[in-house]
Amino acid sequence: MQAYLDNSATTRCSERAKNLMVKILTEDYGNPSSLHNMGKNAEDYITEARAKIAKTLKVAEKEIVFTSGGTESNNMAIIGAAMANHRAGKHIITTAIEHASVSATTAFLEEQGYEVTYLKVDRDGLISLEELKDAIREDTILVSVMMVNNEIGAVEPIEEAGRVIKAKNPNTLFHVDAIQAYGKYRIYPKKMGIDLLSVSGHKIHAPKGTGFLYIRDKVKVKPIIYGGGQQKGMRSGTENVPGVAALGEAAAEIYENFDEKIARMYALKERFIAGVTQIEGVTVNGRTGTDSAPQIVSVSIEDVRSEVMLHSLEEAEVYVSAGSACSSNKPSVSHTLQGIGLPKKLLESTIRISFCVYTTEEEVDYAIEKFKEIIPFRRKFTRK
Amino acid sequence: MYKSFLIKYAEIAIKGKNRYLFEDALVSQINLALKKVDGTFHVRKEQGRIYVDTQSEYDFDEVVEALKCVFGIVGICPVVLVEDEGFDRLAEEVLSYIDKVYPDKHFTFKVNARRARKNYPLESMEINAQLGERILEAYPETKVDVHHPQIVINVEIRSQINIYSIIIPGPGGMPVGTNGKAMLLLSGGIDSPVAGYMIAKRGVSIDATYFHAPPYTSERAKQKVVDLAKIVAKYSGPINLHVVNFTDIQLYIYEQCPHEELTIIMRRYMMKLAEHFAKENKCLGLITGESIGQVASQTMQSLAATNEVCTIPVYRPLIGFDKQEIVEISEKIDAYETSILPYEDCCTIFVAKHPVTKPSLNVIHNDEKKLAEKIDALMQEAIDTVEVIHIEA
Repeated sequence: MQAYLDNSATTRCSERAKNLMVKILTEDYGNPSSLHNMGKNAEDYITEARAKIAKTLKVAEKEIVFTSGGTESNNMAIIGAAMANHRAGKHIITTAIEHASVSATTAFLEEQGYEVTYLKVDRDGLISLEELKDAIREDTILVSVMMVNNEIGAVEPIEEAGRVIKAKNPNTLFHVDAIQAYGKYRIYPKKMGIDLLSVSGHKIHAPKGTGFLYIRDKVKVKPIIYGGGQQKGMRSGTENVPGVAALGEAAAEIYENFDEKIARMYALKERFIAGVTQIEGVTVNGRTGTDSAPQIVSVSIEDVRSEVMLHSLEEAEVYVSAGSACSSNKPSVSHTLQGIGLPKKLLESTIRISFCVYTTEEEVDYAIEKFKEIIPFRRKFTRK
Repeated sequence: MYKSFLIKYAEIAIKGKNRYLFEDALVSQINLALKKVDGTFHVRKEQGRIYVDTQSEYDFDEVVEALKCVFGIVGICPVVLVEDEGFDRLAEEVLSYIDKVYPDKHFTFKVNARRARKNYPLESMEINAQLGERILEAYPETKVDVHHPQIVINVEIRSQINIYSIIIPGPGGMPVGTNGKAMLLLSGGIDSPVAGYMIAKRGVSIDATYFHAPPYTSERAKQKVVDLAKIVAKYSGPINLHVVNFTDIQLYIYEQCPHEELTIIMRRYMMKLAEHFAKENKCLGLITGESIGQVASQTMQSLAATNEVCTIPVYRPLIGFDKQEIVEISEKIDAYETSILPYEDCCTIFVAKHPVTKPSLNVIHNDEKKLAEKIDALMQEAIDTVEVIHIEA
């Protein structure tokens, strides 16, 4: 038996997305910029994908820019907004628990003379709206907050944050990294005060190398990739037509029977937590139930290092992620786990389990069984 | 423009009657190294010289890079070979050589002629003088400087005339295959690949043993060792890498023996296993990357303790090296970046905070008795389940 429980790392491509992709790769392979009908045909796929995605967000089609994935979307949003608005100010606010594609980008902007405020989080990984409000200044051009934290599944109060930002400084742009949230929540940027929203394809059963950035109409963002002027100059480079079409299809698909899918994932999550917390010294980080994301569970296992746990599970074909990758040569402690104040000895003993719409109860039960076998055995051999 | 390379070698020229063995080994190593380069190359021995000839298209830098990895080569000289069609014709060839190789003629030079064929009508000194004159005439920007010339134009009168002025340094050493084979204990660190390189440089073929400890060490840690073996193989030729699953032995030692002795006892069993595979593969010794005092397990006492279990010689080419000196070689052979990838290796998993630095053999012998029940079976299992990966650069 195999249990793939690393869906927040990446997901299996859906059949519908794959079939569409193969058709475009082998039959409708025109360049959307070509003037002939094969080009037009390719362009139609992009228009269609854009329409499907726009519908899930209730936004206009022209507000979607296709990218190579979540990292590029976050880079475009943050660098693009900073470049376009630097005359209004050079202050940016983000959180201490962002994904590297945000935190490394704001660090780059700091080098370029921007000032960045990092909001702290509480032990559940949540930002404080008070703190956010206090941090916003007249020269604050951008606030970037992730909707779902990728490591512990904390869900940030995005709608409230949107209101706080716009009330204090209507000119401040609000960017949301929705890479772990899209397809798990109904996200309506117009209602939530979101100006920029990043999404990655391969977290929602589309292929790797796909993604998009929602840019609200009239919001000023400078392109970060220049060239032939595709996508109205916002993102040059021949469009990844098969990828874009597959992304559109996967986006439409994930929001079909949506409530049922999400309820199933919460049930799996609950089942998993009930199972593993029976084991002594196993704790769940952050909130649980519908106060947290449906697909992510972060567990700390006393006296079993995350890498050892991960590779022991791997031997049983159970695939998970290490919370913080630590090794003797290069400790790289997670900002999120540090940010929520996890005790030092648990920092190196935390793993992430993540589900998707295809995850089954059997997989979850099998994983629980392996946890119960592995943990007591590995605890006999701890580093003294 | 070059259709040939003249290969210079030093040490092997003095080996008396065995000389042809060394030359043949060098020729076969050169052939091996050039197998991976696009083009067809012919390697030939002639009058104590080795030439690489090619009639095909090839990339000059690629050939030089490949030859720079062949131990035994002291110098790589891109050479122009011409038939003897009289002195005037030779002078023309030399002038055209200079024109192609040195578009900018502002240099000082001297001609260095040698007559291996003594029936040539001019003596070496005469050739030097007359060619020098022709060069000065043709390229008035040049100057002669017999003491410190920027360029030495070598003209060797052999069955064909050799013209060359560029000598690219080779790695030195002796051709691999002339000095038997040894078993390298290869970890994922900085030292062991360098140790393998150093011994291969003395003409020794290499096999390797790596101790894998899943789930404590990952597939990526193993891949890293494979990658390092590939780097060593660039110099040493093909390596049979023995991947030994060491987990159960390690856990058993952990359960039975005092924790501060874990590393030293573990290393003794590693040596025993490596020696087993060494003997099985006709290796005449073991190679480790140890250097005195680098870590607790490499003090004189610890080295003595690990050495005690070996019945074949253990070569430790880095024994007197400082870390920085090792790093320099590691960088030179392009292993460093791979060596520092952050994957756990099996020696550090259970390492004690205060391991023994002066182990006493008596104490260790006593503690190892606690392993009597299962250790033989576990060792046998490790031997039976070994995975051998054939590695070529």
